[in-house]
Amino acid sequence: MSPEALSASDATRARVSAPGARTGAMLIALGVLWLALDVATGGLFLSPRNLVNLAVQASAVGVMATGMVLVIVARQIDLSIGSVLGFTGMVIAGLQVEDGLPGGPLPWPIALCAGIALACAIGAWHGAWVAYARLPAFVATLAGLLVFRGAAWLVSDGRTLAPLDATYTRIGGGLHGTIGATATWWLAAAISAGIAASRLSGWRRAPSSGGLARIALPAASLFGTVIAIAAIANSVPAPDGSPAGLPLPVLVLGAVALAVHGLATRTRFGRHVFAIGGNPRAAELAGIDVRGVTLRAFTLLGALAGVAAVLTTARLGAGTNSMGTLAELAVIAAAVLGGTSLAGGAGSVGGALLGALWMQSLENGMVLLDVTSALRQVAIGLVLLIAVAADARWRGAAP
Amino acid sequence: MSGAVLELVGLTKRFGGVTAVDGVSLTVPAGEVVALVGHNGAGKTTLVELLSGALRRDAGEIRVNGDSVALRSPREAQQAGIATLHQHLALADNLDAVANVFLGHERCTRIGLLDEDAMEREVLELLARLSPGFGAVREPVSRLSGGQRQLVAIARALRLDAKVLLMDEPTAALGPGERGRVTELVRRLTGDGLAILLVSHDLESALALAQRVAVMRRGRLVATRTSENLDAAALAALVVGGTD
Repeated sequence: MSPEALSASDATRARVSAPGARTGAMLIALGVLWLALDVATGGLFLSPRNLVNLAVQASAVGVMATGMVLVIVARQIDLSIGSVLGFTGMVIAGLQVEDGLPGGPLPWPIALCAGIALACAIGAWHGAWVAYARLPAFVATLAGLLVFRGAAWLVSDGRTLAPLDATYTRIGGGLHGTIGATATWWLAAAISAGIAASRLSGWRRAPSSGGLARIALPAASLFGTVIAIAAIANSVPAPDGSPAGLPLPVLVLGAVALAVHGLATRTRFGRHVFAIGGNPRAAELAGIDVRGVTLRAFTLLGALAGVAAVLTTARLGAGTNSMGTLAELAVIAAAVLGGTSLAGGAGSVGGALLGALWMQSLENGMVLLDVTSALRQVAIGLVLLIAVAADARWRGAAP
Repeated sequence: MSGAVLELVGLTKRFGGVTAVDGVSLTVPAGEVVALVGHNGAGKTTLVELLSGALRRDAGEIRVNGDSVALRSPREAQQAGIATLHQHLALADNLDAVANVFLGHERCTRIGLLDEDAMEREVLELLARLSPGFGAVREPVSRLSGGQRQLVAIARALRLDAKVLLMDEPTAALGPGERGRVTELVRRLTGDGLAILLVSHDLESALALAQRVAVMRRGRLVATRTSENLDAAALAALVVGGTD
């Protein structure tokens, strides 16, 4: 057998055991967890209202996890984002309320944009220390964790800032924060059409990879998922009794995830992030601006912490200086559970979303079971440990 | 010498008090392979790094087709037509052959997305020229054999329209069976008019591949010989040097 043929068959085998199978295993494990929690809670866990709740709760962490994937893939880490969320959330709230920050109160769209711009700048600040001052990311962002947690307190000397604009709080997915049945079905139809179009064009490009039937099955399961999500969201009643439809934070998460996934897999920037993670020296020798790419990855994650700050403050209807405490660890855990390698070079946005859903399911289920918060932390910590150890063993590589 | 694609004149690089490359002058004509041999620490790798833009020279001149080039970065070296095949091949192992061949020069569609189809077509074409039957362009290169990885690295060099190819220990990463293929490949590349500067520990393969052999010792170029009237033993004597 020629070397080519040999390695081709190796590669085929590797592909079977690589990301697709991993995602499948995670989905199955999530299904088992969900069923177990549903039985334990007497059917409460899988009720439509709780599932919608779960999705809303996972949104802020999910949004940040998509950006964390890129940072970790590029062999960096960002410990500051929980504090950045807290600080920018306080600024967004402070700009909206009476007797908040000087110059306020401002209309909520301006406060929102200012907050995200600020978060973006903070991300760039950390990125610059890492990329240009060559500080280890762990140190630069650990400093950021302290600085911006303190800054969050300083915005209002620890006061909670409320109430926020009623329109703004809809973004948090509360009482009027859903899009209704009709819009939900239209969105589901549009997404299904999008899936069909992309699958079909993929099949036209490479028809040799299998008959139409081979793309039909995965596409059908995606359609099923989309329709199921829409149906679940529509079976929860809004305050006026009509179907509520999808909550806004879930839409924000979906849009962010789609955009970051596209950025990671379809653009030069994403390609360069993965190249740097795979072999920084090779990336540099290929003429890639390694520092610039690193800076941009941190900036993006900063901006996403700003988006998460919007979701969090809107959901709370207030700004509190402890918002986002320990969120950085939940985000890193979601990314790692979702198959992002801390050694760099490997990871996916979809995996990170699954990871975030996993973490939030545990948390949510245990809350329903009246498990104390101390015990919840112990359990989630241990699950993370076991999941990553099992994954590392399975892949035969360092996580 | 007329037809010289690559000319080095008095090239010098110092690290602190150590002169790693000391006034090296050398020419490589089109379609010719010049082998650079010497012990570890003789300055071969530093010379390669100067030419590939990874290091900046302290003195001397580098000319490509008669034009003086600055080579302040790897990208400038590529733009000047100097492609480097590093000893460890400098591939991103987690990416496939297509991504590696186009690394840093990705082709995009009008809306700024990667044009994977166009890149794949071009890579398949390039590889078909270098090694018919190579089809694994969508597997991570970590799954390829040493020889295949080298092909990927060479395809990258050629795609950049290189005039000069620097090969740093091209046979070191290969199994014995694959070395013969490198020889064949080098012949094909020089047939296309490429100038090749080959750095090697392996004196036998240097003699087999190169028309001329240049010997470095302690940063200096101490001898240049045509390989016809040279055998491995005589070359080894040149490498080791006299009693100095």
